[in-house]
Amino acid sequence: MTKLRDQEGPYFGEYGGRFVPESLIAALDELDQTYQQAKNDPTFEAELAELHRTYTGRPSIITEVKRFAEHAGDVRIFLKREDLNHTGSHKINNVLGQALLAKRMGKKRIIAETGAGQHGVASATAAALFGLECVVYMGEVDTERQALNVARMRLLGAEVVAVTSGSRTLKDAINEALRDWVANVETTHYLLGTVAGPHPFPTMVRDFHSVIGIEARQQMLDEFGFLPDALAACVGGGSNAIGLFHAFLDDESVSLYGFEAAGDGMHTDRHAATLNFGRPGVLHGAKSYMLQDEDGQTIESHSISAGLDYPGVGPEHSWLKDLGRANYRGISDDEAMQALRLLSQTEGIIPAIETAHALAGALKLGKELKPGSSILINLSGRGDKDMETAAKYFGLIG
Amino acid sequence: MNFESKTATALANNRAAGKASLIGYFPVGYPNLETSIDAAIAMCQNGVDVLELGVPYSDPVMDGVVIQEATVEALQNGFKLSQTFEAVRRITEAVDTPVLVMTYWNPVMQFGVERFAKQLTEAGGAGLITPDLIPDEAAEWLAASDEFELDRVFLATPTSSAERMQRACELSRGFAYAVSTMGITGARTEVDKLARDVVDKIRKTETKQNAAVGIGISTADQVLEVNEYADAAIVGSAFVKAFQNGGIAGLIAKVKELDPKK
Ligand SMILES: Cc1ncc(COP(=O)(O)O)c(C=O)c1O
Repeated sequence: MTKLRDQEGPYFGEYGGRFVPESLIAALDELDQTYQQAKNDPTFEAELAELHRTYTGRPSIITEVKRFAEHAGDVRIFLKREDLNHTGSHKINNVLGQALLAKRMGKKRIIAETGAGQHGVASATAAALFGLECVVYMGEVDTERQALNVARMRLLGAEVVAVTSGSRTLKDAINEALRDWVANVETTHYLLGTVAGPHPFPTMVRDFHSVIGIEARQQMLDEFGFLPDALAACVGGGSNAIGLFHAFLDDESVSLYGFEAAGDGMHTDRHAATLNFGRPGVLHGAKSYMLQDEDGQTIESHSISAGLDYPGVGPEHSWLKDLGRANYRGISDDEAMQALRLLSQTEGIIPAIETAHALAGALKLGKELKPGSSILINLSGRGDKDMETAAKYFGLIG
Repeated sequence: MNFESKTATALANNRAAGKASLIGYFPVGYPNLETSIDAAIAMCQNGVDVLELGVPYSDPVMDGVVIQEATVEALQNGFKLSQTFEAVRRITEAVDTPVLVMTYWNPVMQFGVERFAKQLTEAGGAGLITPDLIPDEAAEWLAASDEFELDRVFLATPTSSAERMQRACELSRGFAYAVSTMGITGARTEVDKLARDVVDKIRKTETKQNAAVGIGISTADQVLEVNEYADAAIVGSAFVKAFQNGGIAGLIAKVKELDPKK
């Protein structure tokens, strides 16, 4: 039987593909070829590994959180600390990989979309490191709720464009980045920040993040002597989740849980729970689950978390959902914020609001699992960028 | 193919008469259904040889600001996909001009590809222009457009490889859409030199496929210039802008101004 983890694009079951203007096909082919060559080139792997060791700060550690776990029934909880990476989230794993590819393709300009600003910050960082021009598209709503990250990107030398079309969030930032790419495809690499988009992005971005799960699997075995019973990760586009899941896809004893943003709640229509409430369609170049009305118009998503506020999801997650290999559940704004505070106050770790959805999910999951079970959570990012939102939410200032 | 392409026939008739051709875009439902139907009919009656009727879509990545804003307004004013067929029916009842529907792929996929093709044919439509559907992903549409005798327009771009150009031209029916510049829709002052190259490459495929040049055309000179080497010029944003500035009268004036047959 072929292994789930050997599945590569363009298609994951019926999902994936390339639903983009012909203008982009040559660039996608070039990227695909460059990536295939790099993958088989030991010097590329060595270069990326060295960057991760000396710049990202890999491997990231695993922290067991006993005081937090007391609130989750009778389970042990482990965090894979992607928040400790340089720039504060998992996003840097993918960005450094793609920046090296941009260099190989001779492209001097990178563009990126960003929701929470973490992918934008990571892209601006790589652009500074490699001497590339960098433009980041960010929905106007997100530039307001993640203002600190806008300042970080600008300080790093990137241009930040506030996108005012549509819902003025991540979806529209991707539209604008795609338009830029269509117009400037010969000089520009679109450094897409999640496992969505046309082939080869879902496969390539997943591969760059798979280091999370590869490290974590070995660390669990080396340090604790067992594999976790369950994995938990938040799902926006799905990159940190697939990064953790991928190495475990063929470990039958390990169940997989992705937590989407349920916004105001799963009983309301203000959410971003694409895999729970969407249906297959085409958005941003790939076929996958998406939130849409009966005419196929994309429905705006809602979440307190800019990074999860997206009506689409990567095609591999749609495939894993249909296969029944991974479970996807919703976590409301309030559940996430309570979990954010709980981790801060029980462990001294302030997570990103995105990540807090996985933490809240694990708190519930712990009570369902057999006593003595273990949960490994991808702690995808740190919460510094969210202090303003948290301060308002909990009334911490003034 | 044992049926006549409505679009190719219209272009061939002009060519036989020694005339150049103008393809004009207007979004259905903008600013509302009734006005858009009136606007489209007026365009056909005043010099547009093939109508490109745009379906408003929430995520139009191939469109510039003018068309984006117009289609957002159409959606806000309650445009529903099924109104496309009503519009096509009423336009084709009023004029003989072939009507191609320009639509992003998801609305068609959600409606059902076959069902969409069937209703478009029944409404008198000529076919589809599909900006985000490449031939590689088009199996269902290729079958449905054959079955329901519809035209299908794929894009040919400055960066398309020779093989892809060949395939786009072989599979297109009516014309191949030569993207004149590496960019999205929106009137530009200079039509890119790239347009000539793309049309050259289309000719070299020896498929005898028509080449229509679009993206960025806004003046009468550009329309004439493009028609010197291509089979038609496609104008979109400039017509939408003319409508915004002067209503249907302004739109008619712009169509007359750009009409290369006068
Ligand atoms: C810390 C963090 N976690 C998760 C996400 C969600 O993205 P993805 O689902 O691709 O991991 C983001 C996106 O901005 C993020 O910043």
